[in-house]
Order: sequence, then C-alpha cells, then structure tokens
Amino acid sequence: MKYTLSVLVENKSGVLAHVAGLFSARGFNIDSLAVGETEDPSISRMTIVGEGDERTMDQVKKQLNKLIDVIKIYDLSRIQFIDRELMLIRVVITPKDRERVIDIVDSVRGASVADVGDQTLTVEATGDQTMVHALIELLRPFGIKEIVRTGKIAMAINNKK
Amino acid sequence: MKMTGAKILIESLRKEKVEVMFGYPGGVLLPLFDVLYDSPIKFILTRHEQGAAHAADGYARATGKVGVCIATSGPGATNLVTGIATAYMDSVPMVAITGQVKTHLIGNDAFQEADVTGITRPITKHNYLVKDVKDLAKIIKEAFHIAATGRPGPVLIDLPVDVQMQETKYQYPKEVSIRSYKPTYRGHPGQIKRAAKLIETSKRPVLYTGGGIIISGAHKELKILAEKCKIPVTTTLLGLGGFPETNKLSLGMLGMHGTVYANHSIMESDLIIAVGARFDDRVTGRIDAFAPEAKVIHIDIDPTSLSKNIRVDIPIVGDARMILSELVQRIRKAPETAAWLKRIGEWKKRSPLFYKRDNKLRPQYVVEMIHEVTKGKAIIATEVGQNQMWAAQHYIYTTPRTFISSGGLGTMGYGFPAAIGVQLGKPKAIVFDVAGDGSIQMNIQELTTAVVNKLPVKIAILNNGYLGMVRQWQELFYKKRYAHTTLEGNPDFVKVAEAYGAVGIRVKKKADVKSALKKALKIKGPVVLDFIVEGEENVFPMVPAGEAINRMIGGMA
Repeated sequence: MKYTLSVLVENKSGVLAHVAGLFSARGFNIDSLAVGETEDPSISRMTIVGEGDERTMDQVKKQLNKLIDVIKIYDLSRIQFIDRELMLIRVVITPKDRERVIDIVDSVRGASVADVGDQTLTVEATGDQTMVHALIELLRPFGIKEIVRTGKIAMAINNKK
Repeated sequence: MKMTGAKILIESLRKEKVEVMFGYPGGVLLPLFDVLYDSPIKFILTRHEQGAAHAADGYARATGKVGVCIATSGPGATNLVTGIATAYMDSVPMVAITGQVKTHLIGNDAFQEADVTGITRPITKHNYLVKDVKDLAKIIKEAFHIAATGRPGPVLIDLPVDVQMQETKYQYPKEVSIRSYKPTYRGHPGQIKRAAKLIETSKRPVLYTGGGIIISGAHKELKILAEKCKIPVTTTLLGLGGFPETNKLSLGMLGMHGTVYANHSIMESDLIIAVGARFDDRVTGRIDAFAPEAKVIHIDIDPTSLSKNIRVDIPIVGDARMILSELVQRIRKAPETAAWLKRIGEWKKRSPLFYKRDNKLRPQYVVEMIHEVTKGKAIIATEVGQNQMWAAQHYIYTTPRTFISSGGLGTMGYGFPAAIGVQLGKPKAIVFDVAGDGSIQMNIQELTTAVVNKLPVKIAILNNGYLGMVRQWQELFYKKRYAHTTLEGNPDFVKVAEAYGAVGIRVKKKADVKSALKKALKIKGPVVLDFIVEGEENVFPMVPAGEAINRMIGGMA
C-alpha cells in the first residue's frame, strides 16, 4: 500500500539527515521525498511517499513523531488531497517523429515542450501521479533517454473554503 | 553580565544541579577545563571515555538524576559512542558534552575532527551542534529537559572550541518550551476504563513489567495493583527490583533465561498487562507462538513501543505511575485468580530455579552469597553474559534501582564503570560489580578511577576462563567447537588489582567464598575478588533462539 505523509519539521540543518536516517535504520522504504520551506520560514514541509502495510505505516508515523524536530504529521492517505509532481523527460526523436511527439505533448494538459535539440526533445510536465505516469507511457515508444522527477508534493483539500 | 561559552556551560550545569560529571580532557576542551578548575562541580577523571559514559549512566540509573559525561572531539567523542548507545537502548537520562573543532574548520577534516552529531544521531534522543554562543544556555536547558522527561534518553551537545571562548550576555532560561516535544503523561481515561473491565473479568492475568516501572517510580502502585487483584508479576531484566521478589505474587524474570513458571504463566495467560516493557525478542522468543490466548493491555510512555512487536488490544500511552494509580481506582472487583495462582504455585514447586549444590565452586553460589553477606542491601551492577544472567537469577531483588545492567545493547565492559557511577551517586551503598573474566578486561583501566577516588566498589569476577555465554551456545548448538572463546593468557587479577593500588583476593574453594566476601566488605577501598569457578557451568533454564518461551531446556529439578 502506498502512503503519503506531509510532515512539518523545524527548518534546521540535520533534520533531513535525521528523517532519512530513521527510514534507512528501520528498514522503511521511501519512494519519494520532497522538501521545501513553508509560509513560516522556521518550518519546512516534507512530503514523503512510501510503501508498506498498515502496521509499517503506523510505526513510520510514530517513529517520525518521536523525533524532536518533527512538529506535526498529516497522513494524506486518510484525507483528500491535491498532489503535483514536476517532471522533465527527454525523448529521442527522428525528424519524422517530431510532429507526433509535439502533438502528444500538446494534447496533454500540464505538459509542454521545454527544449528542442538535434536528436532529442525535452518535455516538462506538471500533474498528479496518474498524469505523470500516463505521459511516460505515451512517450515510451519513442525512446526515453532521461527522466528527472521532483517527487510528489501534496496539500490537503480545504473543505472549509 | 557577559560570559564566555565555557563559563556559561558550567554555570548552566550548576543551575541544573549537576553535582558530579565524568570525563576526559582534550585539546578543544581547554577553555572549558580551565573554568572547571575553579568549579565546585566534582569532576571524575576516568581512564577512558567509554568509562566516563558508563559511569554517568550508572550514576543516572542509581539516582534517577541526569548523568553527565564529557569528552574531547574526534576520538574522545567516538569513544563515548558505545556508552551513549547503551544509555539510549535502556532509556537512561544522560547529557553528553563533546568538544568540537573551531566552527570554521568543521567539515575540513581538521585534526581530531569527527562528525559527532552525525555519528550519534541514531543513538541519541536528540543532539545539538552549538554554532552560536547566544544559543548555548537555551540548548543546555532543552538538553536536560529532553533527557529527563518522557521516555528518558541521552542528549548530546557538540561544542566547538571557539564557541567556548565567545562571550555573550548570560541568562539561564527559567522554562523550556519546545513546540514539537510534549510527552503524554496522563493515560486516556476511556482506555483505562476498558483496561479495568478487562482485568475484572480475566481468569489468568499476568503483570509483565519492565524498566518503565523503575523510571517512573511506579513500584508502589504496581504492588498495590498486584495485591488488590491477586495478579502474579513477572519482570524483565531491567524491571528487576520494580516488584519485590520476596512477594508471593512474584514470578521473577521471564524470557530467554527467565524462570520456568514465569514463562509458563505468560504462555497460558488470558490477559497480559504489560507496563513499561517493550516485548523485546529476548522476552517473547518465537513471536508467532507467544501467549496465544492472551489479550494484551500495554502501558508505555513511548507510543512507538505499542504494537511494534505484538498486537495490542488496549494500548495506553502515558506515565506508568499515573496510569497504574488510576487503574487501581477504576477496578471495582478483583478478578478470580485463586485457581490460576494455584496452578502457578505447582509450577513453582516443580520447576524452581536451581543449580547443582555440590562442593564445587559454582558461580551461582557466589551470587547467592553476595546476597547473603550484604543481607540483600547491595546495589548490583553487572557486566554482560553469563555473569549478568546469574546475577539476575540468584540475587533476590526487592528495591528499585538496585540492579544496574546493560539490557538492550548488552555492552560488555559496562558494569565496572557503571558501578563507579553508582557509588558516587550512592556513597553509602554497598556496590558490587558481578563480572566475568572477559568483560572485566574491557574497562579494567577504571581501577585507577576507583582507587584515586577511594570508591569501595567490590568486583566479583566469576572467572571461568571462557567467554562463557558464547561458549555455552557453542557447546549446545555448535558441537562444542569453542572457537575463540577460551581466554588463554588471562592476567593474574589479584596482581592486576595490586598494581593499580587496589586489594585483590583469590578464591578457589566454595568454603572460602563467604569469608572472602566478608573480608572484602571490611576493606574501605576497591577490592577485586577473583572467584575461580567451574569452567563449563551453563545458565539454565534457557529458551533456544527462535523457540517459544515455554520450550525451555535445563529447567527441571
């Protein structure tokens, strides 16, 4: 089971090492990890995507909570949230493929051509996990040379408006 | 008033009522030691930094106060690591202070530089690298607070030499507020109510209690609960002393080298009430076969301990003492345990702890005699291995903080420096280190520390010429192939003691054990008792690795 945790931590050096160390020391897997400052510069937010059963996830949350620099944990597996990931994907193209690739990119919302080279074309895409995966599959037949992904960031949906 | 970082540190330690600290100086600690020169804080110079960490740990376990140790940068700090990890595994409140190279040299591979906050991250409750002297007072306040509250543990402060020399206005904070650290003490009332109901209707309940009883000072509440409800009590290794073993309801220790009746009681129980214990693998044995019919109430201050190893029916997060006292009030009627206690009584009669009582000098006898000549009033520190298990099994513990041993990490070389710390915290107590001939050699240099400080610690070496516990496993599971467990070339421990300025006594005959112990107690300084015991004596009963805990060998009389 995949889970997404949004973790507020003190914005200090060593905190990322602490969190990453905890995952490796206890044998928890991380699929992706994205970190950035929040509206309060003394706080950073980590969006952690991992995999594990209910019990593992329970331990992950408790162990994270135990770290002194962890302020709060939101388990997004239990609430509705919006998620986005930024991806750069470089595709090998022949002159005859070029039009088709550009057509595909144009047809996908959130994707655009970032750079066109001699034999490659770089696409940038922002979207949720479904979109990102779909785009990869659409472009795979042309020959993917390189993928760079930021990892998912997520925000709970505010029902209060 | 302006003060240097070094002065701020010492002043702050005094504000925290630190009376004694253990450590070793070094280049980057010069400013600090210069301040220490005029300070009323007692400084104990150990002969190895590991000794300083264990001594601070022993001091903390015996007194309940925060133990403080200090070491220089690089190798000084890395020598503390085993001691810090030991304290971390056993939830011992400790503040470790390490010197660090100048701030601008950090990361430069400077002389005696090590990434100490990096190295100790997984073995401390929290750690700090002080980069600005203005933060120092606040950091010290936080460090002591974090070390001593919630589930206690070691906190490390890495202090660069230039920060020790910088000046700032000093004001020690009165209070701490850490937005991300607020331990839970009060148990959830609904959960406590549910637990009370479950206890009332149980038929075969067992209280399984650990170091948490001792840390929170819940021994009185535990006794009240056990006696009110007539529930038998088994303790973990670190829980020894939390419930008097002289009490009829005591089952002694459980687990790999626990009593037969404790392990059977757990396995046939219909309700395990775990308090301040964490279902460690040495306790549960084969986990899928553990207590198949039991519901579990688990009380612990650390939420990560709950449902980590076994499924828990009623988890209660909080302080053991507070929760037990509320639980006692909530229980309206005691469960009917007469038949259960009768059954346990039969196990006790049929399979007591035993060893061969002949004329040979057996290690268990030495431990029994330590109990006899001290009238059970000693504080027992142990090393790790067979000596530790015999000290746990054959001394009768009745009082908290009288059994001082490395449980979680199982650190050889722990006992003697820990005993030094115990003696400093409890100057009037009779302190024994029950040792093996292997373990004692891991920190034997601390004999100097004991001699110089006139500490009357008694070391009882159960000298069998082997690394006994590993040899025992080789005997039982590796066809007696004693690979590197024979300690050839052991020194003459009596002469070693004398060389350090202590007294050494060798005992070869069973008949001489008692008189030797009495003689040792009369000597005011440290004494090394070298008991030449049966070489291939084993610790029984024993649960082989990976077996259910009722499948014990060597348990029947």
